[in-house]
Formats: sequence, structure tokens, C-alpha cells
Amino acid sequence: MALVLSEEQQLLKDSAEGFLAEKAPVSQLRALRDNRDEVGYSKELWVEMSEMGFAGLLVDEDNGGVNFGVVGAGIVAEAMGKTLSASPYLSSAVIAASVIEAAGSDEQKSDLLPQIASGEKIVTLAIDEGAHHNPDKIALKAIKTDSGYTLSGLKTFVCDGHVADTIIVAARTSGEAGESGGVSLFLVEKGASGLIVDRTVMTDSRNWAKVTFESVTVSSDAMLGAADEGLSLIEPALDRARIIVAAELLGVAQECLDQTVKYLQERKQFGVLIGTFQGLQHRAAHLFSEIELTRSAVLKAMQMADTGGDIRWFASLAKAKASKTAELATNEAIQMHGGIGMTDEFDIGFYIKRARILQQFLGDSNFHTDRFATCSSY
Amino acid sequence: MADLDGFRNEVRSWLEENCPMSMRASATGGLASGEDDVCWGGRNFEFKSEDQKLWLDRMASKGWTVPTWPTEYGGAGLSNAEAKVLASELRRVKAKSPLVSFGIWMLGPALLKFGTHEQKLEHLPKIARGEIRWCQGYSEPNAGSDLASLATKAEDKGDHYVLNGQKVWTSYADKADWIFCLVRTDNTGSKHHGISFVLFDMDQEGVSTKPIKLISGNSPFCETFFDNAIALKSNLVGEENKGWTIAKYLLTHERTGISDMGVPTPLNMLAKDKLGLSDDGQISETMLRHQIAEHEIDAAAFMFTLERAKDEAKAGGDIGAFSSMLKYYGTELNKQRHEMILKVNGSDALEWEGQYSNEGDIARNWLRTKANSIEGGTSEVQLNIISKRILDLPA
Repeated sequence: MALVLSEEQQLLKDSAEGFLAEKAPVSQLRALRDNRDEVGYSKELWVEMSEMGFAGLLVDEDNGGVNFGVVGAGIVAEAMGKTLSASPYLSSAVIAASVIEAAGSDEQKSDLLPQIASGEKIVTLAIDEGAHHNPDKIALKAIKTDSGYTLSGLKTFVCDGHVADTIIVAARTSGEAGESGGVSLFLVEKGASGLIVDRTVMTDSRNWAKVTFESVTVSSDAMLGAADEGLSLIEPALDRARIIVAAELLGVAQECLDQTVKYLQERKQFGVLIGTFQGLQHRAAHLFSEIELTRSAVLKAMQMADTGGDIRWFASLAKAKASKTAELATNEAIQMHGGIGMTDEFDIGFYIKRARILQQFLGDSNFHTDRFATCSSY
Repeated sequence: MADLDGFRNEVRSWLEENCPMSMRASATGGLASGEDDVCWGGRNFEFKSEDQKLWLDRMASKGWTVPTWPTEYGGAGLSNAEAKVLASELRRVKAKSPLVSFGIWMLGPALLKFGTHEQKLEHLPKIARGEIRWCQGYSEPNAGSDLASLATKAEDKGDHYVLNGQKVWTSYADKADWIFCLVRTDNTGSKHHGISFVLFDMDQEGVSTKPIKLISGNSPFCETFFDNAIALKSNLVGEENKGWTIAKYLLTHERTGISDMGVPTPLNMLAKDKLGLSDDGQISETMLRHQIAEHEIDAAAFMFTLERAKDEAKAGGDIGAFSSMLKYYGTELNKQRHEMILKVNGSDALEWEGQYSNEGDIARNWLRTKANSIEGGTSEVQLNIISKRILDLPA
């Protein structure tokens, strides 16, 4: 397969970028933040996005989706990285849809996927329990009862946790924290008794939550996939999500470079355009190079995810590289903008604050560099 | 696709029969860049073995030393897709390159684009068969990064030019038969005007070379002197005074080539050989392991970028200044790779003489890479090109 976008994918890219630039620019996120909006995204916009097909990009046609694959979903994520558009796209359309697709029974799929694809239901995954992503260390307990399970413990960094209708929670049904086996997945509905959802305001002004399970009871059919095999079931889904997060990071980095280059072309100091200074030219040209490498790594990983097979190596490569590049791009953008880059009035600050969240989410560059080495057998 | 499969089968069975076993690299690979057993061709080349000569002759007779060149010029007229199949089959049997040549890599593409039919007929088949070894006369003592300031003078004498001046950093000039050379045919106007691209035989009284000893202890480069040397006008490529266009085209080609030196042995393999694995299956030096992984992530992303650039070119995109990014990143990455090889091998890597280190292979190769980001346009020149031609930053 050629490592370029197909005509159809290029069309999706153009229409997504056009749509988001018009309907969901950074100013919209700024307004949500300034108004301390309780929902944290525009419901009307999510309806429109869903009508565009965004909510069903990873859902097959039989379940109401458009089935554009990881390349399609990554293209839209990259476009969202450029405009910082707030929506439950990542939590519901990307992660939850992939997890249900990978682990769900036919009934669960035909129940949940159409509702996700239409945008009417928001589903999210609760996996992290501490400050660092590490699925093997899951300790939240699920104890078997006569009619089902009782869940007790804490989940952190839950994407769109406070607006989710359903939370997929990864809980330990056997073994000890640190073992990759023994984890099972459960569907928990909003409002369940003992479920405490605390919205956590984070740097990116988007929706995150800490979710406490105080003896939340679920029935046996709330289990998603086989008991004790939750992690191996969802690992490919997590990798798809990591690749798509890498695509959003790529969009963030690209936008930072584009805005910075524009600034260098306009801003004058010492009586000349600062873009004539070689010190700045070389910083920008180096950043360009890093972004191009990241673009290749992300596109390759997206294509491999759609091809099938083991994608752990590609996913960790893409997420590690994109995390580092976005860190560089956001830091360089502020440095090259100078003082104005430090002001809240200017948009660059929103990009650096979103970038760090995405860098951490589903494993930072250290996590994925280590995993890349492990996947390469060293 | 069916045609390609047929072609693949044909290539596979031909290679099975015709690629001598000694021309297939050992599976273990190794550190040496292996310039020792490379076939450079040329009038004075001494083949290292019968097989080496046989392999070159067989490949040349198929036109597969230059598979995409037209058959009348010594190639096989393969499509890009067929050439890709050939390359993958050659890789499959780990075939050594039958011929490494600046003629194939640099001059050939320029001649195909800018040369006359007669010039192509005269020079290309000899390149394809490895009969003539070429070198490149570009840099001068006062024209390095600022190449267009070159001053080697060419005087018009009717059917030929008389050349006087000096080139420097001429790769293997002491071993080359012919030179493709930038000379000044006009001193008026801008420095980019008045440069001409000429070809001439090095085997003449007016040409002399002097190897330059480098920090690696080797002498791959020369100073080259022209003292009333002669170049026939029939070997002027393109128009007189318009050679800069060809020079730029060739540099672009060279940049892509320098950045695309094939896939080297992964660092982690070298580290595993040297350090072994601990019980948990990891390279036991954890900091080194992390550094290796970081490097290999960049190296893989770079390989994918080469792949993407090729695919975009095939789809009709213009690579142009993008080659400067490839040159910049590829050479910096290679320098970093050799620093990592030093770290992996510790004090063993610093041996300069003796059999144990194969006469200081690791150290000498490491030092050689320091020139990667200087030759063919420095990293800083590439960054300038990226800023001006891709990012459109003001001059």
C-alpha cells in the first residue's frame, strides 16, 4: 500500500478541516472554558459532527457507522488537533467504539455501537488508576456475587467521565495488581448506586473525571468480553486509540508550526521581519523536519492498524514520536512567539495545555519507548 | 499484478541460478561499512574475486545494474514497480550490490535529463557496465557551502575548453577515470550565471590529484588540479553558462541518495551481540536500552518518511526541497547512530589498530560519519533551504 492518503481519505481530510475551522475553532473552546460550561462541549455541534459521520468512523455499516477505519478516524483527530475542537469524539467514537468492537458480544455490539455512531449515547473507558498509564497495575476490585459483581476502587483521568452515559470499567476479577491477566471489563450506567463522578478541571479545559466505585453492583451480563481476559482483549483497541491520539498530537504540532511560521513572516524587530533571522529559521526548519517524520510514523501506524495483525510496535512508535514532537512544537511555538506566546489572549497556550494531556493519555513517550523496545525483543 | 508476479518469478529463478553464493552477504551482517569488498568498476579496478566480476557482468548483461534506464543506454527499461520487485528479490537473497558508482547514482540521472542522445549513447552504457569510474568536481577551496562562487576557469578554444583551477573534496579522484565538473565559462553577471557542466577524461597531462588524509586515517577525498586540462565541447552537458541548473538537480539527487543508504543492522542487534540480554529479556544497561529505543524510533520514522516521499513522487508530487529535509535528518541520524555504536562497544570501539578491531573499523567509520552533515551541502545549508523554499520565510 502506498504511504499516502487515498483520494477518498484526502476528501475526508479537506471536509473535516473545513467543517471544524468554521464550526469549532479554538474560540469555541475558549468560550467553554471562560463560561465554565457544565457540559464541556457543544451538544449541538456533536449532533452535527455525528451527522457528518464522525461518531461512526470506526463502526461498521451494519451497526450504523461509516467504517472509515483508523486512517479515517486519525485524519479527523488530526483536524481536531488543529482546531482543538471539544467533543466526546475521542472517548466515545474512538476508544469506546474500538473496545466494544474488540470485546463485546454480538448483542452488546448491536445495542451500543449504533447509539455511539449516531452520537446519542456517550460511552467512555475507565482504565487508569494513578498518575501514570499502566494497565497491568489495575487494582480496582470486582468481587463476584450471586447475581453479578460488586466494584470497588478509584479510576482517574477518565475521558468525558462526567458526561458519559455508560462507563466501561476495567476491574480486577483475579490475580494481583501487576499481572496482565485477571482483569475484566464491565459496563456501568450513569447514576448507578455508589458511582461517584468528580469532574477534574485539567490544563486543556476539556472533560476529565475521577470516578470512585463504592460497592457498585452490576449484573453478570454487564461484563464485556470473557472474564479475566479484559486486557488482552482490549490491547488492540487501546493501540488503535493510541495511534489516533498520536494523530491529534500531530495536528497540534502542525498547527503550532503553521501559526509560528506565519508570525515569523509578519513580526518585525530591529526594523526587519524576524523570519529573516537564521537563529529562528533553523529552529522552524528543524521543527518542520520532526513533524514530517511524525506524519510518516502516524500514517504508517494507521495503515497497519487497518491492515490487521500485531500493531503494538507501530502504535508505540507513533505515540512515542508524536508525544515528543508535540512537546517540541508547543515549546518552540511559545519561544518563537516571544512574550505574546505567554499571554492567555493568544491561542498558543491552549495548544501546549492540550498537548501535555494527550502526551500523557494512554502512555507517555517513556511508556511507549519502553514498550517499543520490548516489542522489538530487547 | 499478474504481470508483476510473473516478473517476480522470472527474477527469482534467474537470481537462484546467476547470483554466486559468495556475492550473498552472510546472515550475521556486521559492523563494517565494507568499502573493502565493494565493486566500484573502472579501467583500473581490481576485482576481489572471479565471482565479483561474474556477478557484475551477469547483472550488466540483463541491464539490472541500472534497471530503470532505457535499454539503448544499458538499462533494462523497467517500470518503477518492476524495479521495486527486482530490488526486493535482490534483498531476499541478500545479494551484494554488483556495482557501486557515482556514475549510476549521480551523473546518470543528470545525463538522462539534460544530455543529448549522443552523450547518453557515449557515456551511459559504460557506466552501466562498470567500465568507466566517475568522480564529481564541485567544491573548490573558496567555494564550499557557497558552491556558486566556484572559479575554475574554462577558456573557449573552438571545439574544446582549456581548464585551469583547483577542485577539493573530490571523492576518489585518484581512482576515477572521468570527471563531471563545474567550471566557469563566464565571469560577468551573477555568480549563478556563467557556470558550465563539462565531462572529461582524467587520464591527461593537465590533470593531477592529491589524496587528503582525514581524521579517520583514510583518504577518500582528493585535491584535484587542472593545469591546461582539456574538455571537448561535445562533452558540454546542457547549455554553456547554464550549468547551475544541472548542478542543483544533481545535488538534489545526491541529497536523496545520501539520506537513503539502505537499512543498516539495527542498533539493538549490535547491542544484544555485545551486551547480551538479562533474564527478563532486556538489554541489561537500562539507560542504553532507552537511548537505543529512542534512536530506533527516529530511524524507523525516517525510513517511513523515505517511503512516503517516494510514494508521493510516484503519485505526481514534487519532492524538490523536501530532499533537503531528508538529507538533513538522514545524515544527523547516521552521526547519532555511530555515536550509539561507540557507546554500545565502549572502550573496544576506540581501538585504532590491530586485528581484534579489524584495524579500528568502528572508530574509523564513526569518524567518517562526521562528514555526512558537511558534504553535499551542510546541515545548515539544508535548514536554510527548508526555511526559504518550504516554509517561505523571508530572505
